[in-house]
Parts: sequence; structure tokens; C-alpha cells
Amino acid sequence: MTALTPIRTKAETALLAQFEELRAELPKAGAGNASRKAAMAAFAATGLPHRRIEAYHYTDLRSLLREPAPLAPSAAGKAGRSVEAGRFLGDLGAHEIILVNGQLMDGQDLASQLPKRVSIAKVTDTAPAILDANDPVVALNTALSRETVTVKIGKGVKLDRPLHISFVQDAGAPQAVYAHLKVVVGEGASVTLLETHEGPNGIATQSNTGVEIVAGDNASIEHVRVNAEGDKAFVLSSLGLSLGRETSALSLNLTLGAAISRHQIFARMLGEEAKLRLNGVAMLDGDRHADVTLVVDHAVPGGESRELFKTAVDQRANGVFQGKIIVRPHAQKTDGKMMSAALLLSEDASMNNKPELEIFADDVQCGHGATCGALDENLLFYLMARGIARRDAQALLIRSFLGEAIEELSNEALREALGELIDGWLMRRA
Amino acid sequence: MLEIRNLHADIDGKPILKGVTLSVKPGEVAAIMGPNGSGKSTLSYVIAGKEEYEVTKGEVLLEGESLLEMEPDERAAKGLFLAFQYPLEIPGVATMTFLKAALNAQRKKRGEDEIAPADFIRSVNRAADKLGISREMLRRALNVGFSGGEKKRMEILQMALLEPRMCVLDETDSGLDIDALRIVAEGVNSLRAQNRAFLVITHYQRLLSHIVPDTVHVMADGRIVKSGGPELATELEARGYADFAAQPAA
Repeated sequence: MTALTPIRTKAETALLAQFEELRAELPKAGAGNASRKAAMAAFAATGLPHRRIEAYHYTDLRSLLREPAPLAPSAAGKAGRSVEAGRFLGDLGAHEIILVNGQLMDGQDLASQLPKRVSIAKVTDTAPAILDANDPVVALNTALSRETVTVKIGKGVKLDRPLHISFVQDAGAPQAVYAHLKVVVGEGASVTLLETHEGPNGIATQSNTGVEIVAGDNASIEHVRVNAEGDKAFVLSSLGLSLGRETSALSLNLTLGAAISRHQIFARMLGEEAKLRLNGVAMLDGDRHADVTLVVDHAVPGGESRELFKTAVDQRANGVFQGKIIVRPHAQKTDGKMMSAALLLSEDASMNNKPELEIFADDVQCGHGATCGALDENLLFYLMARGIARRDAQALLIRSFLGEAIEELSNEALREALGELIDGWLMRRA
Repeated sequence: MLEIRNLHADIDGKPILKGVTLSVKPGEVAAIMGPNGSGKSTLSYVIAGKEEYEVTKGEVLLEGESLLEMEPDERAAKGLFLAFQYPLEIPGVATMTFLKAALNAQRKKRGEDEIAPADFIRSVNRAADKLGISREMLRRALNVGFSGGEKKRMEILQMALLEPRMCVLDETDSGLDIDALRIVAEGVNSLRAQNRAFLVITHYQRLLSHIVPDTVHVMADGRIVKSGGPELATELEARGYADFAAQPAA
């Protein structure tokens, strides 16, 4: 039998070499070696996804990722250091957990800071709990993350302060960071999770983050992810969400930073009567490219899902939204609605919207919509006729357009902080 | 106050205004009447500065200052106000936020300080009470879910709050029932003042029995074809526009 030798790109070869380097560094017989190896083998079989792979059609990683940056060195053994992380959102009174270059800092006295029955641990087994191990971005995350940080919120725990997990790129030169976080929300627990991503401007950092949120029955979750990475950053991220019976979850993604970003969401409705809302706000300018690709999988009856993604695209930036709702044969009475709306603020701005439904049950209500357009000149004229200058009138309209996606957040301080991020972007634009 | 001289304007290359000449003095209420398609609304948009109309000839002066080179917001800051025939709904923009933004933008352009929040709320509430606009309506997004009559009242509220010197009312009576018409007319009448002028554009005489004009102008085919006193409106109501529509455009 002749073995097929796949032709690898320079980047793929480099990634495989990085894996070998990392393996040499990690304990030989540690837990998780098998899952890392399997993940790298899965990646080696597919390689970097390109435009002919539908899910990556608009974000061709084979052509975008030419040179993988060297892996960020291990922070193990380094003393904990104070990082001004997540401060761009102001003081939200949150419990803070900081990951620097993908690793939980030693010396953070977390146990005493975290509320009762909330635990945190790091393990070397990086196998995904719910993310699809065959997705090449997830596979790289599994193979190249140094550890998995696991946060557990006990059964029935109601957190009145948000839990803020702050991912920081601490880089002086281009580097790649792989990070993996698992959050297990116990039955009946209630939590606001804030996930922020920051890094330096002007440095071509790379990151690949996998976040998995496993929610038990009757849990209630608000999850906000803010991508505020540096202006040269290349950001890949995967969010896995699984919802138990009668669980309600709102997950909001806000894209503000990074030169190139691809955020993928895999949401699984595993318990009946679960309610999911996925919202998004993206503010794109310069030559930035931001892709949000999501799959909502209704596996059981009676689920409700809503998606509302708002994208403002200025200058030469490019936005992508791909959303798919799958309704499995037994998932009767599913109610799914998906909307993606984009505002194009310049002649050169572009947006690709691709909503899809895959329905295998017959008693369901599903719909989707996508819009793409410029600001309404009649509305602008109306505002200007009342004395409001053109730029300010535009800002008012863009603010109201984007603001709709954050309105439902129940944490008021967080909602206001996100509103200020939008206002800040609009002010820089003016 | 307002001086329009030989104004010509096109939309998409099609001439709509074909030499409008009109003058409105301080304190005057002038009415423009005319059949559909005569260019009445176009005139109001051109005065306010809507982009899609191209002025090919003529002048519009507000207290001697030419408006045509100004952006719509600059015209507003100079004291011009257009009450829209179809006020727009702006979802997501709270009415109070909008009113404050408009008022402060105008004050800023005139080199004045921002209004104190307490004074602002007092002025809005006072104007709203007069027009029968509830506090609940003020809490909504601008014009969203308002009836036709409520939208027109909101226009008059904005007019009262912004205190313009030159008010242009474009078919403010359209879509109003008789009660709403009376409320709106009272709102306008209470703003009549020595240093303020009105240009009331309407198809029907009925508005003018509530807002009694000093002068009436008839517009047909892009020009003012006849001017007179308030009796002209009554005359038109009886005889219709047929006499004017038949006139050649030359």
C-alpha cells in the first residue's frame, strides 16, 4: 500500500514542528498526551481550512495564516504578576481570573477571592468537552494549548457579581497563544460570565482560544465575550455551549479589536425547553476582517433560539456572518429565528451574510433574515434638520443600530460598559 | 425674515421649482396652497437643505443670510425649522436623547452653553403638556409607534423647544382628525410672535381656518401664480385649483 503524502503548506509544516517542540517540553507521560496527539493527527489530515471548505469560505486560513508565530514561552514557575487586565471596561465589581498567554498565573490567590462553591483548576488534559475535535481550529487548540483552565460553579449557586475571565497577550514580539477554558455551570446555578481578550497594538500576535460552557438543567447564564485584541492581532476563537433542560442562556460577542478575527460558535440544545440567545456587535474599520460563524443545533424538542448580529463596517473593512440552525428529526416545536444586519459606512466596506436552516423535523418555526445597507439618508436629513451635525447624526443612528444587540443584557453595569465601548469607537470615527 | 428669489430646483434632472419668488416678514404667517405636484413640498425641502434637490438658480435668504451653501444643521442653528409632512421614526433613539442632542447642537453652534438638565426637562414637560403629549410618549424611541397625529404633535413640540425664528410647516394638517388639528393649530398659534415668521404649506383651507394667515400664495407648476390675503384661501376652497393647473409653465 502506498501512503499518501499530503502536500503541506509552510505554515502547516511549522505548526507540526511546534507541536513536536511543545511535546518535548511537556511531561512525557502526562494526562492528555493522547488527546493532543489525536488532535494533531486530525489537523495533519485536514491541514488549514481553505475557501473550498464551506465553513471557512470567507476566511481562508490557508492563505491568511502564512507564518505561524512562535509559541509563547511557558509561564510555569513564574511568580504571579499583576496585570492591568480587563480595566478597559471600568470597574464592574467582578471576581477576576486572569490568564496570561493562555496560562493561569501561579500565585493568584484565587481560592480566597472566589465565592463559595466556585472552584478553579488547571489540568494538562486539553481535550475538548463539547467543541468539535474535528474542526481544524479546535484541533490546533487542543494540540497546542499548554493547559485547560476549568471553572466549576456549584449546583444552585447564584453569583451576584460577574465572573470575569481575562485573557491577556503579554507580548513584546510576535507570538502565538493557545488557551483553553472550560466553565461548568451546575444545575440551577445563575452566573454572568465576562470573557475579555486583550493584547498590545502594533505587534502581530496570534491567538487561538477555545471556551466551553457546559450548562446544567435550569441554569441561567449571561456570557459576554469582548475581543479587544491589538490592531495587528490574528484571532481565532471557538465557543462551545451546551444547554441543559430549561436552561436559559444569552451569549454576546463584541468585536472591537484584531486585524483578522474568526469567532465560531457551536451551540447545542441538549435539554428540552432550553432558551438560547446569541447576539453580536462588530465594529470594523481600517482593513480589518471579522468573521462570525455559528451553528445552533436543536437536538431535542421545544427549544428556542434567537440570534441577532449587528455589524458596522467602515473604510475598507470586511465583515462575515455565517449562521446555521439545525433542527434534528425529533426536535419538534423548535422555535428558531436568526437575524444578521450590517451597516456599510463607506464605499469600500463589505459584508458577507450567509444564514442557513437545516430542518429535519416538521412541526417547527424557523426563520432567518439578513440585511446590508447604508445609513438612511432620510433619517440623517431629519436629524440634521433639527440642528445635529452630520457626523453626530450618523453616530446616533449607528449607536441605536448596534445598541439593539446589547439591550437585553440584564447586568446594567456591563451593558453600560459595552455601550461605552461602542460610543468610544464612534468618537474615534468622528 | 425669509426671502426667496427666482428659485429653481431639480430632482434627478427634472425641474420642479421654476422660479419661486416669495418674501415673508417677521411676525407674518404666510400660507402656500396649491394642487398636488405643484412643488410645495419640494420648496420646503429645498429651504431646509435636503441633498437630493439641486438648486440650479436663485437665492434663499434668512434674515439677509444665504442659506443655500449651508448644511441642514447649520440652517437649523440659524433659526430655521421644518415641520415634516411625514416625521420619521427612529428606533433606538430615545425621544429625550434626541431632543437634548438637537437643542444642544444648536446652542453649541451659536456659541451658547449647553442647557442645564433640569431646565431642559422643565421646558420639554411644559411644551408636552400644552400639546397633550404624555410622559410615556416622551420615554419612547422617537416617533416609534406614534399615530399620525402624535407624530405631528411631536413636530410642534420640537418647534416649541427649539424656538426657531422661521418655521416652515409642510402639510402639517395631513392625516389629522379634527381634534388633533385643533391641538396642533393651537400649538402653532401660541408660538406666533413679532420676531418669528411662519410658512404654512397646505393643500386644504381647513388648516387655515385654525391658523389664520396674513398672506396666501398659490403655487402651481413650480411657481407662485397668485398672492393675496386670507380670503384667497376661502376662494380656492370654493373653486378648486383647476384655474391654476391649466396655466402654462412658461
